Parts: sequence; structure tokens; C-alpha cells
Amino acid sequence: MTLLLFLEQVLNGLQFGVMLFLMAAGLTLVFGVMGLINLAHGSLYMIGAFAAAATAAATGSFLLGLAAALAAAAAAGAIVEVAVIRRLYPRDHLDQVLATFALILIFSEGTRWIFGSFPLFLDTPPWLSGPVTLPGGIQYPLYRLALIGVGLAVAAGLFLLIARTRLGIQIRAGESDREMIAALGIDISRLYTLVFALGAALAGLAGALVGAIQSVQVGMGEPVLILAFVVIVIGGIGSIKGALVGAILVGLTDTLGGVLLPLLFGVFLDPSAAMSIGSALASMSIYILMAAVLVVKPQGLFG
Amino acid sequence: MIRPILSAAAVAALATAAPAAEHGGVKVGMITTLSGGGAGLGIDVRDGFQLALKMAGADNVELVIEDDQRKPDVAVQLADKMIQSEQVDVLTGIIWSNLAMAVVPAAVNQGKFYLSPNAGPSQLAGAGCHENYFNVAWQNDTLHEAAGAYASGDGGFSNTFILAPNYPAGQDALTGFKRTYEGELAGEIFTQLGQTDYAAEIAQIRASGADSVFFFLPGGMGISFMKQYADSGVDIPLVGPAFSFDQGILQAVGAAALGVKNTSQWSKDLDNEANVAFVAAFQEEYGRLPSLYASQGYDTANLLLSAMDKADVGDMDAFRAALKEADFASTRGDFAFADNHHPIHDIYVREVIQEGDVFTNKIVGTALTDHSDVYGADCQM
Amino acid sequence: MRRETLLNAAIALGLLAVPLWAWSAGEPFTITLATRAAILALAGVGLNLALGLGGLVSLGHAAFFGVGGYAMGILAHHAQTFAPLDLGLFTVAGTKSMPVIWLTAMVFSALAALAIGALSLRTSGVYFIMITLAFGQMFYYFAISWPAYGGEDGLSIWVRNGFPGLNTLDPIQFFAICYVLLMAALVLSAVIARSPFGLALNAARQVPQRVETVGIPVYRVRLVAFVISGTITGLAGALFADLNRFVSPSMFSWQLSGELIVFIILGGTARLFGPVAGACLFVALEHWLGGLSDYWHIYLGALLLGVVLFARGGLIGTLAGREVAHD
Repeated sequence: MTLLLFLEQVLNGLQFGVMLFLMAAGLTLVFGVMGLINLAHGSLYMIGAFAAAATAAATGSFLLGLAAALAAAAAAGAIVEVAVIRRLYPRDHLDQVLATFALILIFSEGTRWIFGSFPLFLDTPPWLSGPVTLPGGIQYPLYRLALIGVGLAVAAGLFLLIARTRLGIQIRAGESDREMIAALGIDISRLYTLVFALGAALAGLAGALVGAIQSVQVGMGEPVLILAFVVIVIGGIGSIKGALVGAILVGLTDTLGGVLLPLLFGVFLDPSAAMSIGSALASMSIYILMAAVLVVKPQGLFG
Repeated sequence: MIRPILSAAAVAALATAAPAAEHGGVKVGMITTLSGGGAGLGIDVRDGFQLALKMAGADNVELVIEDDQRKPDVAVQLADKMIQSEQVDVLTGIIWSNLAMAVVPAAVNQGKFYLSPNAGPSQLAGAGCHENYFNVAWQNDTLHEAAGAYASGDGGFSNTFILAPNYPAGQDALTGFKRTYEGELAGEIFTQLGQTDYAAEIAQIRASGADSVFFFLPGGMGISFMKQYADSGVDIPLVGPAFSFDQGILQAVGAAALGVKNTSQWSKDLDNEANVAFVAAFQEEYGRLPSLYASQGYDTANLLLSAMDKADVGDMDAFRAALKEADFASTRGDFAFADNHHPIHDIYVREVIQEGDVFTNKIVGTALTDHSDVYGADCQM
Repeated sequence: MRRETLLNAAIALGLLAVPLWAWSAGEPFTITLATRAAILALAGVGLNLALGLGGLVSLGHAAFFGVGGYAMGILAHHAQTFAPLDLGLFTVAGTKSMPVIWLTAMVFSALAALAIGALSLRTSGVYFIMITLAFGQMFYYFAISWPAYGGEDGLSIWVRNGFPGLNTLDPIQFFAICYVLLMAALVLSAVIARSPFGLALNAARQVPQRVETVGIPVYRVRLVAFVISGTITGLAGALFADLNRFVSPSMFSWQLSGELIVFIILGGTARLFGPVAGACLFVALEHWLGGLSDYWHIYLGALLLGVVLFARGGLIGTLAGREVAHD
């Protein structure tokens, strides 16, 4: 493999990682502030993608689609928080797991009921499609570069939000002492709804952005959800920095593992056996990474 | 994706008032996928099947339909129910090979007929063939073999890059392609089942110097791959089996699929009397274009009806012989059964085109003529 | 407690009466449904040891269910193809004998539980949930991409495995086997819950620090409980595979892990008969809801949500009153 191809794959891993970060950030924020484990986070990702696809199809505008995704996911998040999630904060994790599992059932079949059983169409906007030539001669899709840019910008914005704004101070206070900030007169239930809607909007944004280059279909959220879990376990639950580092680690491991492992086995096995063993191992590589991190640091890298 | 494990008896008992036991009647159990991610295929097979019954005015077929949720254990359970409680004569409907492998051997050994409207695993065509099992669709390798024949034949390619997911049907797909393909391979990749991002694979394709790409990525995987491929600026021609270019999927891929060559035993513009009538009636009845799967469901029902005209299902030998004759007007034109009860048929090459707002296929050539699968040699009936 | 005991007896008798009625009425499919409920209940009883008594919310128990299923699938596959299993140094002939298969399934799921537990129990709370989920996925992907035993297609076993003296192909006899094993597991659970080990496990759920201070190694107690739990779930997996005469990677799916938790909560967390009541209710619900609409998952989800939010304590909690403070 040439160095250029390797660099291109690193870029691919980075792009995957940045999108995972958008998912993981919401999960880890909700857990950090409210102590809630939300299995239905993947459904919000799906809602974002469907809202974007439906809006883009109706208006022809990708940006309006993105706006719709943010709005729909944030609204769905806020409604769910007020109607259901709010009752779960004092409960143990077991009840939270079950209730959000039930929400997945409702969201998935509800989406299928509204949009039908076939995948929806969502395409990259014309001004972002096609490849560009990077220094060194790598041909790389412009849209994926934009994804990396958007993801990093959102990450930076999130850090600023938490470090510099009033909301950020409240979030950080909520993470360290929940009773205290209520005692200080902060409207805690409004804060919780806001944080949940923010996490949902990030997931919806990820769904819409990724939906343009993938299949927009019912159930698209669950595989990403599980990867996002791996990310925040590696990074340390509740830590935004951990989520960013974990996401990029997982993105790189998954992409490079899929490319390099079959090559590695090809050194001492015949090509088709190397291909199938290498692929099998590659599909497990991120879980192996997670186990390794946990052996060294049971609370994750930044937990 | 979320489908609880237990069986749901989604019974939609349709059709007739007349009990199957009456003279000449047949009770059919259809197990197919009607909920969850793969529901589109099952719905098309069901609709095609019911359309054929309706058009024939068949009032002596009792149809029991159940949803397998694409879960093997649910399918097995439903088959038990159909056989033990409903006492059906004929089973049909399964979409996926892994579900077929779970259900078919037990069902045919219990003296039921099974007519496959979609899945054709190699085991059931070869050493595991059975006199009561009839495949009305294709053996799984067929469309891949056609793609291989087209690639090094009319396609004029000599250096193809091939990829498929790492699971049995994916491995069979690459084997099938290589069986008929005569050129060099620029590369061979197994992807993950359910993979959604193909940036890494596309980079390898770009670097490989291939002159064509053959891919088998059914369902959402194919949609993702084609969108990302089009966006990457790689302009190496794509070839694939019809599964990624079916009517339901094409609309989600959009312009990214335009011009791609794919192989199929059926196309909506096939010019024969049965197909013209089918396409028109399907659009009228359901308000959408029929897919490959709908045509297979339609053919399956017509095969059944043709056998019912000739023999009573109670006389299994006579009914089996009547099925074997395949004396019905198939939407794909000429159709006959080989000795292993799998089709002998022509496989066409189609190209994705745009008609108004709708993406669809048109036939541009024939890849294989009077084709039957290679596994029949191992079949001892 | 007496009301709960009566209720438990009613559930046990009900699960026996329904298939017996179906047998006499000639409704074999109802027996199959009852068998399914009994097997899933057995898997739930296994999970309940870790989850109810030990407070270890495992979202990866499908791994053990699947290992048990594949133990059955692989042994029976080698028996039906008459090709011994080649392990390099020596070969093992396949078998169609249920007791041997059960033992193998239990040994291997115990080993899997030991490995997963040893790593996962280093963490707790949400970490534990997510890690067990991720390990379950690891098994799932391995099963799909490992070609030797059918990959995603799974393995079909032509004839159900045998048990000395019984005809296992007869639905009611196979049900009897599953029912007896379920009852045995329930007795074992009750014994464990009352034993010093069970008390330590229960205490470790509530106040781990104090248990540690008394000199009981919490980690080890939890690990043992996790292994026992995984072993029982593995046995259920072998039975489930035999019920369907088929194994596939879907036995490893994370939805199945979620459903095992659903059984427990639906029936009543930490109640001895909780998983049994939950599994029976779940099977019945799906059977009826499925007939109502193609979109019945929505109703199922709404119902589950209702139970979590408004009917804490599940079925048994609602019928038998609030839980008496644990011994």
C-alpha cells in the first residue's frame, strides 16, 4: 500500500470518528448531567435523517433539510424528555434501559408507519459533491472534507459552550452536584430539557449529514448507537474530551483495521483465507480496543 | 431494526370462503418479511402473489400470510404452525436464504410442497435438493454468474475489482462471478455485513487500476455504496446483480445509479404478453411499478395455479409432476425446470435509466441464454 | 410473602396446564408457544440471578444464549454429517444426545461468562451495561463472519436431539423436558438467594463498601454469580436451538439481550418467578398484538413504557403487593 493511499484511509477514519463524536457527545452529555443512559439516542439520529430527506425532497434545499433535521430531532428530544425521560432520572439504570428500549420500538415502527418500508432519498448538495485534489495528489470527496470540518467546528463550539457560557457553567455544576444547583435557584427541569434537546439535535445533525452519503432507512440508528457506546466507554462517560478522543480512536481503528488486517494476514496465509479471517477480525477490532483500554483504565481514558 | 424475538402471528387470512379441503382447493401458507428493515421485498412478493390469484379469479386457493420479521427462529415457528395447526398443502414466501435453510428442509420432509419465490441457496439446488422443493426465482449464484459473463463478454472488461459482504451469500456471489468471468481480478474485498461507510473500499478501488467493479451489496448497503461511489469521483464502470437496482431501492439511490449495468432474469420492459399484462395490472392495483420480487411472487402463484388445473394436491405424485411441467406463462418469457427443480431461463443485462421523475431499468442485452445452475449435478432425487 | 408464594404456584401450574390442555385439544402449536415461553423464562431466570439479586445489569446475555445454541448446533452438525470435529491434537465425534449437549453448552457458556465477567466487573453501573453490550456485539460479529458453521445462514439440524427414554419430537414431551429444567433452575435460584453466598451478593448490590469491610471479596462474589447466571442462560440457548432445530447469529443479537431484561421487568425485578411471568406474558402479548396490526411494535413499546413508568414491580409486584423488605 502506498503512503498516499494510507493517508487517504487515515482521512476516512478521521471523518468516521468525527461523525461518531456528534453521536457520542449527546450521549455523554446526557449521562454526565442527568445520569441517564439513553438507548433511544439512535432513534434521534434516524429522525434527523428522515426529517432532512423529507424536507430536502419537498424543497430541494439541502440546507433547509439540515435545519429541519436539527429542529425535528431537538423537538423530538424535548417532547420525549418532558413526557417520559423526566420520570426516569430518579430511577435506576435498569428502568432507564427498559424505558428507552421501549422508545426505540415506538420510534422505529412509527417512522416506518409514516414513511413506509423503503429507504428514502437524500443526496449531497451540488456545491459539495464530487472530489477535490488535496496536496500530494489525493482525490478526496469534498463532502467528506466538509463533514470533517463541520464535526470539528461543532466540537469546538461545544467546548466553548461548556467552558464560556452560562449554560455551560450550569451543565458543569449539574455534573458535579445535582442537588446543589437546584438549591441555587436554577430551574433544573428547564436545564435538563435543554441539555437533552441539545444532545438530540447533535444526533439529528449527524443523522442528516451522514444520511446524504448513506441509506436513510428505519433502524439506521442502532449500529451507530452501539459504536457511540463503545466511544464513550473508551473516552470515559461524561467527558466531552473523552468522547472526542474515543471517537477518533474508534474511527481510525475501524477504518484502518478493515484495510490493514487482511493485508497483514496475507503475508502468511493464502489470499482468500486472509481476506475472510482478516475481515472477521477487523469487525471485532473496536471491541478488542475497548477491552484493552478497560484493562488498563476501567473508567475510560478521561473518566 | 428492533424486532422482538418472539413470534408474531400476523395473520392476514385472505381470499376465499371455500375451505381448502373441498374439491380441487389448495391451502397455501406464505411466510414472508412484512415488518422491519427488509419488509419491502416481502410486501412485493405478497402483492405479486395476490395479484395473480385475483387476476385468475381463483376462489379455490386459501392463503394464510404470516410475518417472519426476517428472523430464522420466528420463521421456523411459523412453519411449525402452518404445518401443525393450519395444515397447509403448500408453503411459500421466504425471502432470505438463511431463513429458507431453516425452514425448507424440515417442511419438505414433512410432505409439504415448498415453492421458493426468492431465495435459492446452493445447498437446496445440489446435494440437499428435494422432490417437493421448487424454486421459481433463481439459484443464488445465477445473477452473479450472469454478471461475470457480461463483464468479460459484452462488457469487454478484463480487470475487474470485486466486493461483497463477508457472509455466505456474499461469498457465493464472488464465487459465482468468478465462475463465468474470464479476465483478471484487480482486487477482491469482503466488507462487513450491514456496513454503511465504503470510503476505505472506494479508495482501494481507485488505487487498484481496475477497469470495472462488480459489487453485491443488497439493501441499504448498496444504496450507501453507490451514493459514496458517485461522490468520490471514481468513474470506473459498475456492474452488479439486480438486487441493488430493484424498483424500491433505485429511488433512494437517485442519479448515482444512472447508467449502471445490472443483471436480472426479469425487467418491466420485457416484451411478452404475460409481462405486459402483469406490469399494467400491478400498477393499476397498487399504484407503483412492480419490482423483480413482485414478478417472482406473481410467477409463483401462476405456477401453483397451473398445477392445480392438472392435478389434485391430494395426489402428491401427480401434483408434483404438474408443477415440474411449469406450464404457465412466466413474466420472464421462456421458463422450464431443470432436473433439480430450479429454473432454466435467460438472464438479461439492464441499464439504469430515468423516465420522468422515476428511476428504472431497461434491457440492453442478454448475458446468459437457457441458463441453469451448476449444482444440479449433485442433486439425486 | 404468602400472596407471592400462591401467585408463584399459580404461574407454575398455569404454564403446565396450558400445554396439557392444548395436548388434549390437539393444538400442537400452542404447546410450541408454551415451550418457547418456558425456554425464554429459563434464560431470564439465569439473567435474574445477576440482574435481580446482584444488581448487575447485563445487556450482553445474548452472548451466553448464543454460545449455548452453537454448542448444540456444532455438536449435532458433526453428528449428522458423521464428520468428527477436528481440534488439531485430537478429534471429537459429534453427538445427538441432549444431556451431553447441555453439559457442553453449560461449560462453554460458563467459560465465556468467566472471561466477559472478569473484564466487565472491573467496572460498574453504566460502564457495565455498555461493556456487556459491546462484548455481546463482538460475539455477534464473530458468528456472522466465521464461515465454518454457516456464518449468517446459521446451521440447520434435521432432527431434534434425543433424550434417553423420551421421544423429543413429540411437542409435549419436549415441553416436559424444558419445564423440568426451568423448575430445577428456579429451585436453584431460590436456594442460592437464601444461601450465605446469595445474601452476600444481595448485600453487595445494596452497600458494596460494607460487604468489602466485612472481608467478603465483592468482585469474586459477583464474578461467581455472573458465571452461574451465564451458565443457566447458556443451557436455555441449547434448548432454544433444539426447539427450532436451528441456530444462527441472531441468537447473539443485542435485541435479544434487551428482551431478556424486558421479561424480568415485565414480571417483576428480583422476584423469583418474575422472568417466568414476564416471558409468558411477552409470548402471549406478541401472539395477540401481532394479529392486530403490521405495526404492533408500537403497541408493545407503549405497553413496556407504561409498565416501567406506572406499574413498578411488574406483574408480580402489581398482583402480590409491594415487595417485602428483603430478608
